[in-house]
Amino acid sequence: MFLQLVANGLVTGSVYAIAAVGVSLVYGILRLVNFAYGDMMAFGALIAYGVDGPLHQSMIVAALAGMAATAALALALDVVLWKPLRARRAGFMSLFLASIGLALVLRQALLLAAGSQPRSYRVNPYRVFVLGSVRLSEQQLIAVAAAAATIVAVGLFLTLTTVGRVLRAMADDRALAAVAGIDVGRATRVAWLISGLLAGLAGVLAALVEYSFDPNFGFQLLLPVFAAVVLGGIGSAYGALAGGLALGVAQEVSTWSGFAGGVNPVYKPVVAFAVLAVALMIRPQGFFGQARVG
Amino acid sequence: MTTPLLEVSALEAGYDDALILRGVDLAADAEQIVAIVGPNGAGKSTLLKAVYGLVRARAGSVRFDGEDVTGVRADRLTRRGMNLVPQVDNVFPTLTIAENLHVGALVLPRAERQAEIVRVLELFPLLAERHRQRAGSLSGGQRKLVALARALVARPRLLLLDEPSAGLSPIAIDLVFEKLVEIRSLGIAIVIVEQNARRALALADIGYVLDTGRNAYSGPGRTLLDDPRVVDLYLGGSRSGTIASSSTSTSTPSGMNPAT
Repeated sequence: MFLQLVANGLVTGSVYAIAAVGVSLVYGILRLVNFAYGDMMAFGALIAYGVDGPLHQSMIVAALAGMAATAALALALDVVLWKPLRARRAGFMSLFLASIGLALVLRQALLLAAGSQPRSYRVNPYRVFVLGSVRLSEQQLIAVAAAAATIVAVGLFLTLTTVGRVLRAMADDRALAAVAGIDVGRATRVAWLISGLLAGLAGVLAALVEYSFDPNFGFQLLLPVFAAVVLGGIGSAYGALAGGLALGVAQEVSTWSGFAGGVNPVYKPVVAFAVLAVALMIRPQGFFGQARVG
Repeated sequence: MTTPLLEVSALEAGYDDALILRGVDLAADAEQIVAIVGPNGAGKSTLLKAVYGLVRARAGSVRFDGEDVTGVRADRLTRRGMNLVPQVDNVFPTLTIAENLHVGALVLPRAERQAEIVRVLELFPLLAERHRQRAGSLSGGQRKLVALARALVARPRLLLLDEPSAGLSPIAIDLVFEKLVEIRSLGIAIVIVEQNARRALALADIGYVLDTGRNAYSGPGRTLLDDPRVVDLYLGGSRSGTIASSSTSTSTPSGMNPAT
C-alpha cells in the first residue's frame, strides 16, 4: 500500500514538476508570478482533446498539438500583454494582478468555447500494469515516463546549451545580461516558448492522469504547482523539479493508513501547504534557492 | 586631429524628475585610461549608465567610433565593442566562472569564443584555476575579476568601469588596478568612475572632475593631482604626499566631499 502511494505520488508529482519548471522559468526571468499558468495548462489539455476526439488523431499527435498551441498562446500573450506592461515598467504587484485577470479571462473563454462538461481522452483507463506490489494505469505510466524524459531534457538544456545558459544568466540578472550583449527581448520569448510547451504538456498529462477533466481543472492544479515552485526555491528550475516530486509524494503518502490512520484524501491540498510551511521554516529559501543577503 | 573613440557632448540625464547630469563633456581614446572623479552625487555613475543607454539621455549626444549611439540599447552597444563592469551585481552568481565568461563571449562568432576565453583566462590565472566554481561563492575582489574577464572576452574597444575599487581590500585594489594597466596595453580605452580619486588620477592618462552634474576640471591625471584648486576642493585639501596618495587610506569617501 505504501509503495502504491509513493508511486501515485510520483505520478502527481511529475505533473506538478513539469508545470513548476514552466512557472519558475518565467518567474526567474520576468519576476512574473503567472497566475494564469493553470488555465494555460487547461488550454493545452482542451486543444489536445479537440485533436484527439473530433479529429481522431493519436494521443501523441494530440499532445504535441496541445503543447504547440499553448506555446503559441504564451508567445501571443507576451506580445499583447506582458511586453507592453514591461515597457511601462509595471512592478511586481501590477504584473501579478494582471496575471490574475488573465487567468479569469482565459478560464471564462475556455468555458464559453468548450463548455463546462467533463470530458476524457480516448484512452482505456482499465489497462493496468503491475510492477511488483505497485499497480499503475497506462496513463499514469505515460505521465511518469514523459515527465522523466522532460525533466532530463530540461536539465540538460539549461546546463549544456548556450540558450540554457543565457536563460540562467537572465534569471540571475536581467540588466547585466543586456550589458553582456544578450538580446533580452529574444531570450524572453524563448522563455515563454518553453514555458508554454511545458504548460501544454503538463495540462495533457494532468488530464490523462485525472482521466476526466473540464476547463476549470487547471486552476485546481495551480496552487500545488505554486507550492512546488516555492518549495524548490523560487526561480530555480532544478528546485521546481524537486519541489514538484516531493510535494506529489507527500500528498499521496499522507493518506497512508500507517501514518496516524491516514489523512482524508480531501485534505491533500492542505497537506501540500503544511509541507510547504514546515519546509520553509527549516529552509526559507527553498531546496535550491539562493539565500539573498540584504 | 582624429575623432576620439568615445565622445560625450553636453550630455543631460537623470531619474524621473531629478536631473543628475547637466551637460557633461568627455572624450576617451584607445590605450587611454580616463578617470572620472568627484564628490558623491556628482553624477559619475549616472554618466556611465547614460553612455550605456541604461539611463535615458535627455539632451546631448554620445558618439562611439564616430557614430551617434545616443540611446542605443545596451546589448547593441556591447555588440559594437563597448562593455561595462557595474559596481555591484557584476557577475551571474548561479553560473560558474566559465559560464560567466561563455555568456560574455556570445557576441563573438561561435568559432572564436573558446580561444578568446582561454586568452583572457591567461590574464587571470586565479580564475582559470577555479573556472568550475559558482561566481556567487567568490569574494568581492574575485567577482570584480570575473566581471572584468567577462567584459574582456567580448573583445571590447572601450571598457567602462564603475567604482572598480569599491568594497575591496587594499591588496585586491592593487590587483584590479594592475590589471587595468595591462588591459590598456592591449589597446583598449578604459573609462573608470572612482571614489578613490587620488589613486584613479595617479593611474589615469586623462582625468575629469565632475561636480553637481557638470565638468569642473579636466586634464592629464598627474596635472590634476598637482592642481591646488582640485586638491583643495576635491581631494581633501592636503597636497603633501601626492605620491603616497596611491595608498588607499588617504582618500576615503568622506575626504572627497567638497567644502561647499
